[in-house]
Amino acid sequence: MSDTDADAEATGEASDEPTFEAAAYADGSVSYPPHPVGPGGAERVGTVDLREHEARVVTWTTSTATPPGVREPNTLAIVEFEMGEEYDGPPVRALGGVAVDPDDPDGGAFDVAVGDRVEPVYAEELREPGAGIREPESQAWDGFRFRPVG
Amino acid sequence: MERVAIVGASMTRFGQRDAWVRELLAEAGEAALADAGIVGDDLDHLYVSNMASGEFEGQTGVPNALAHDLAATPAYTARIDQTSSSGGAGVYAAWQSVASGASELTMLVGGEKMTHRSTSEATDVIASLTHPVEYKHGVTLPSFAGLTARLYLEEYDAPRESLGKVAVKNHKNGVDNPHAQFRKEVDLETVLESPVVADPLRLYDFCPITDGSAALVFCPESVAEEYAPDGEYAVITGIGGATDTHVVHERADPTTMGGVVDSAEIAYDMAGIAPDDVDVAELHDMFTILEFLQSEDLGFFEKGEGWRAVEEGVTDRDGDLPINTSGGLKSKGHPLGASGVAQVYEIVEQVTGNAGPRQVDAETGLACNVGGFGNCVTTAILEGSQ
Repeated sequence: MSDTDADAEATGEASDEPTFEAAAYADGSVSYPPHPVGPGGAERVGTVDLREHEARVVTWTTSTATPPGVREPNTLAIVEFEMGEEYDGPPVRALGGVAVDPDDPDGGAFDVAVGDRVEPVYAEELREPGAGIREPESQAWDGFRFRPVG
Repeated sequence: MERVAIVGASMTRFGQRDAWVRELLAEAGEAALADAGIVGDDLDHLYVSNMASGEFEGQTGVPNALAHDLAATPAYTARIDQTSSSGGAGVYAAWQSVASGASELTMLVGGEKMTHRSTSEATDVIASLTHPVEYKHGVTLPSFAGLTARLYLEEYDAPRESLGKVAVKNHKNGVDNPHAQFRKEVDLETVLESPVVADPLRLYDFCPITDGSAALVFCPESVAEEYAPDGEYAVITGIGGATDTHVVHERADPTTMGGVVDSAEIAYDMAGIAPDDVDVAELHDMFTILEFLQSEDLGFFEKGEGWRAVEEGVTDRDGDLPINTSGGLKSKGHPLGASGVAQVYEIVEQVTGNAGPRQVDAETGLACNVGGFGNCVTTAILEGSQ
């Protein structure tokens, strides 16, 4: 990831930011990532932009043995989105990296703890395409990391 | 449905080997044929459990290669890939081939050659099983273990030391296994002070990268004594396979492996037993935290109580329920496609009374082989013939 990207990630000022797309299904449930069908085979009926939802850290780790093309160390978190009181489907969660802390002199990630509130922040390149075993054209490499709120 | 016996078993030394995958498979296969007193030409089916010989070594088509090397043509062959549970899935396929009547004599050989790759490269090959939204964040199987371990320790108020005690126990067991990669005890202090790999887990919470192979020969129980005239064979009394979500964060409870719960339920039902009836178990301790999760999801202990069993010595070799008498993946090593086969090898040795210094008092044993981070699971229950 370039310094420019890191700055954009830290300030949340990335332009033309894509949506953080989850799928909505006919039974009212939401999943990330989207699947062709929902729980129990429910029809996919729409999308939800998870940028509009805050989340809380379920758990986190810092990995020091990272694969080719991945930042080292790599702090990862599983977060659970707050979908509103009317939502009664299964939990909506995502796994993602923890965003770079602009105040960290070493360029490290924000510190997080279980239960912390976080928000998604876009990064153009989460990992170097082609450095690992997966075919670069087979998937997207941009996406959302998470940073603490307040 | 025909009951299925295992009448031949072998495994190579696990560790860093000069041999490549074809040679490793042939080494274990030849020994298992000899153990059953047969030759390759006797086989109707020959299965190879292997996750990634193409990715690791550039060698594909390994079942056909093995059939030729062991003079087993024209046996029907197939490669069984179910990531880290390829071995368990191979046991299921071999059992199915005999139980269905499609084969009178089947051999399964599991193997993997990994150590010529760097840790980073090998980790990436294994991580390639993940969903694109996981892979792009650089997730690894060890990082899933770190994420889950933190949650487990917080949710069940378990001390960090309890995870370390899994490593200590399994290394101690591995000392008496001549096939194990590490035959050296470690103390708790060494485990807890080893380098952090995926916080809160450290180096000694993880299995090594390993080369090795293991093999089993299957036939109908009704003819087992033709191949095991001494009557020393094992019978598969129950077996089940199940999957959980591909995307790990979509599971309702991240500390529960649904594939373990579901596959065990099928296996217990087929065998007509309950968890309390199991005398010895081989669990997929690729990471120390997995021994807690599986021991609970198999019904050995209440949810959140698996760590107490380790603390209290229940799972020691001389405890009420010995777990991983072989040393487990942690000490014995984890050559992906071989591991599930080697787990059953250990249970065969235990229920036939051939485990030597590792022997425990066991009539019924269980092997649980996990692929991915619980993504796909096979659970097998075996009993001795005598």
